Amino acid sequence: MSGTDRRFQPSANPGIRPVPAVGVRQPLIDGVEKVTGRARYTADLAAPGALVGAILRSPVAHGRIHAIDAEAARALPGVRAVITGDDCAVAYGVIPVAQNEFPLARGHIRYRGEPIAAVAADDAATARAALDLIDLDIESLPAYFDAASARAPDATPLHPNKPGNIEREVDQAFGDVDAGFAAADLVREESFHYAEVTHAMMEPNASLAEFDPERGRLTLHTVSQVPYYVHLALARCLGMDESRIRVVKPFVGGGFGHRTETLNFEVIAALLARAAGGMVKLELSREECFLTHRGRPETDVRMKIGMNSSGELTAVDCEVVQRGGGYAGYGLVTILYAGALLHAIYRLPASKYHGLRVYSNTPPNGAMRGHGSVDVRHAFETMLDRMAAELGLDPFVVRRANLLNVPHRTANDLQVNSCGLAECLDQVERASGWRERRGTLPRGHGLGMACSHYVSGSAKPVHWTGEPHAVVNLKLDFDGGITVLTGAADIGQGSSTLLAQAVAEILGLPLDRLTVVANDSVVTPKDNGSYSSRVSFMVGNAAIGAARELRRVLVAAAARRLEVAAEDIECLGEAYRVAGSDRALGYKDVVAAALEETGTLTVKGTWSTPAETQGGKFKGAAVGTSAGFSYAAQVVEVAVDEETGMVRVVRVWVAHDCGRAINPLAVEGQIQGSVWMGMGQALSEETQYHEGLPLRANLLDYRVPTIVESPPIETFIVEARDPNGPFGAKEAGEGSLSGFLPALTNAIADATGLRLTELPASPDRLLEALTARRRAERLRKTAGKVAVTTGD
Amino acid sequence: MTKRIVTLHVNGRAREDAVADSLLLLDYLREHAGLTGTKRGCDGGECGACTVLVDGEPQLACITLVARCAGKRIETIEGLAGNGRMSALQAAFHEKLGTQCGFCTPGMVMAAEALLRKNPAPTEPEIRLALSGNLCRCTGYVKILESVDAAARAATADELR
Repeated sequence: MSGTDRRFQPSANPGIRPVPAVGVRQPLIDGVEKVTGRARYTADLAAPGALVGAILRSPVAHGRIHAIDAEAARALPGVRAVITGDDCAVAYGVIPVAQNEFPLARGHIRYRGEPIAAVAADDAATARAALDLIDLDIESLPAYFDAASARAPDATPLHPNKPGNIEREVDQAFGDVDAGFAAADLVREESFHYAEVTHAMMEPNASLAEFDPERGRLTLHTVSQVPYYVHLALARCLGMDESRIRVVKPFVGGGFGHRTETLNFEVIAALLARAAGGMVKLELSREECFLTHRGRPETDVRMKIGMNSSGELTAVDCEVVQRGGGYAGYGLVTILYAGALLHAIYRLPASKYHGLRVYSNTPPNGAMRGHGSVDVRHAFETMLDRMAAELGLDPFVVRRANLLNVPHRTANDLQVNSCGLAECLDQVERASGWRERRGTLPRGHGLGMACSHYVSGSAKPVHWTGEPHAVVNLKLDFDGGITVLTGAADIGQGSSTLLAQAVAEILGLPLDRLTVVANDSVVTPKDNGSYSSRVSFMVGNAAIGAARELRRVLVAAAARRLEVAAEDIECLGEAYRVAGSDRALGYKDVVAAALEETGTLTVKGTWSTPAETQGGKFKGAAVGTSAGFSYAAQVVEVAVDEETGMVRVVRVWVAHDCGRAINPLAVEGQIQGSVWMGMGQALSEETQYHEGLPLRANLLDYRVPTIVESPPIETFIVEARDPNGPFGAKEAGEGSLSGFLPALTNAIADATGLRLTELPASPDRLLEALTARRRAERLRKTAGKVAVTTGD
Repeated sequence: MTKRIVTLHVNGRAREDAVADSLLLLDYLREHAGLTGTKRGCDGGECGACTVLVDGEPQLACITLVARCAGKRIETIEGLAGNGRMSALQAAFHEKLGTQCGFCTPGMVMAAEALLRKNPAPTEPEIRLALSGNLCRCTGYVKILESVDAAARAATADELR
């Protein structure tokens, strides 16, 4: 039977048209698995016969290992492998120039809880018993739990090549800073302190490692956001060829940055599997997840801002000190981000930045949602609020006085091609009733606002290999099904759904023709991973490229079969038609025509950031660059109980410019999640250590907001389409976070007159500030009376 | 270690197992019954991800001994769907994006299920109270509230689509 016999009859099916996918409120394509319990996360994977892994962690915060005696552990029946730092002499780390971490400490321990040894045993009880049998001979060294003591002149260096425990010092200046301050009508300077916070993603860390000694091959299933980086680190630490390693990411229960670098337990699981010659499942406890950490560092910010009387910024001078923990990790990127993202939100003619990333004997910090930008944005927006008040300007007016006109090249060479901040401001000002309500609320109630922004992926990748930033493959087979093959890690943000939408949109097909296969290194193309909000933008663009290529092939096949030129064929999704006629082929016939002679098709799409977006030439210029910036504005309403110091967030209005919203449903979810995570940091979350011992390494003491204290979040999507974005889209999952913190403290200032310079605004801190103010007022009154008496 | 034979009714099916006195319901469900939909999110009683129903009451499986559940009816997330079709709550969490990463979802849905059985038309404060022991790190709870509310308003899952 020839294809022409089954020709589609348009007159009988007048409704055939491309099915829209972009802009549709699309439930997640893997949502059914999640709500029915069928989704398999790493710990859920069937692993018959797997050994159980367990890690021995350091009891000291800073020390030198003189000896590890593991003989008794090795001799315990049921123990199949015991490994120590001797089993891996290769350091790893996410930044190629800063690799200074070993999966198991070698000689030098730098934080309490650092892995020292690991066992694989027949069951969990035996594994724990074996850990108890390992004898450690450790000499304690002086330990430093804050940046100031670590930087003291006589402090012992944590790393021999880093005197003064300075991991990275950044000095940058752009424009004429002195002239900027000289021209200002108002200059203010203030210092801020931010507690350390951590991701607390719901799924605890887990890896399932299988080593086949016969073939010398390793398979690792793991919770990563960056399976490719894990792949590289495994090859490095195990001394294996990359092609002998397979990394698979099952369902992952959140990440928020915790999993954007290879984590020690992943390498440990692989080392154990090789040592035992089999399969090892390593599940970390919640406490161990807190120790693995990589959260946002304890940070001090000193901020000086110059402004003219109409609210225009003239110059900024900023110093940031971050307590980075025991190892480098992403540290140098974090301290660079903190300076770089002073820019690209407002017109800022001149800036000076001094950043210090300091080693300390606490668990290593890393990337966390809003990487590097959050604490600095709080300081910045708090100052704007205070200075607006001093100048008698509305906070909205000050923001509007500094809006970017796109395209805009910042003083530090960031390229901004789209900016919807003006519309974001309008939205939340209107929705919150700002003009009518501000200043009229009852005692203890207040309104505050702030803006924020973020990158849609770093324009320069961590590993400069010359490859495109993103690759997507599409497989089309006899059944007419299209398999989207991607290395992009869906960790709950909905990236697999978004990629399916992008492909479906270009091909005009219903989503159920598509299947997304993600993150199996033997099947899917390499991807740099889910971090810095790069996936929608970069992988989205690659998916569009692949879909266009497939459409070209299908159009050519339809043209051949219908004996017309390709230019005359219209793609209608389920049909391909000769334009202006009723001659058409059904989709399955076009597929059959396309596969004739070639068989199963695989096409590819790639994407790289345009050169103009890759930043300047100065040292550290790559960090902060992006092909597209998102923008957000929010208003927060609070109720402050001045007797208890309790702050209740009554409501939040947030508008986020994500360019084209490919999936508005998921975009809302991302914005709400960002705002809320900002609320956690602003109100209640902080890690805390006593002599390096975590005091809040559980989900009760580390106070993640519950549903009871979480406010309604009215969410508005602003679509300032970006010329480089996929369908004009930009990021949606980070940019709204940092604005919450200053909007909250600005609201507290509106409610109480108190400007908090230390976060979180926990009841104890707020009560202390309120009490101090009352005491000061009393003293002032008393002093006044005394003065009057003396005068008499 | 002594073991005893217990009979449990798990998702409507009777099971007989020899269990240690110290065995937690969570480990029993995940490792003995193979029902991995119930999640371990913490070190005990912190997060609510392991919420299941024991005789209709929401319980944290990670701090419940199996031996104490002998003869009782246990319901997990896997038991909610009927003939492979999602329940109204499951459909609502899917359609309204009450789930992002999905890890808290089974516990969240089970806690909501217990609520709706007792109180088919809960107010927003009642929903908040019922879910106050279940942490979610993705959604800010906004769409979780919308999901439970939508499920309460819809008599069947099909009404949500």
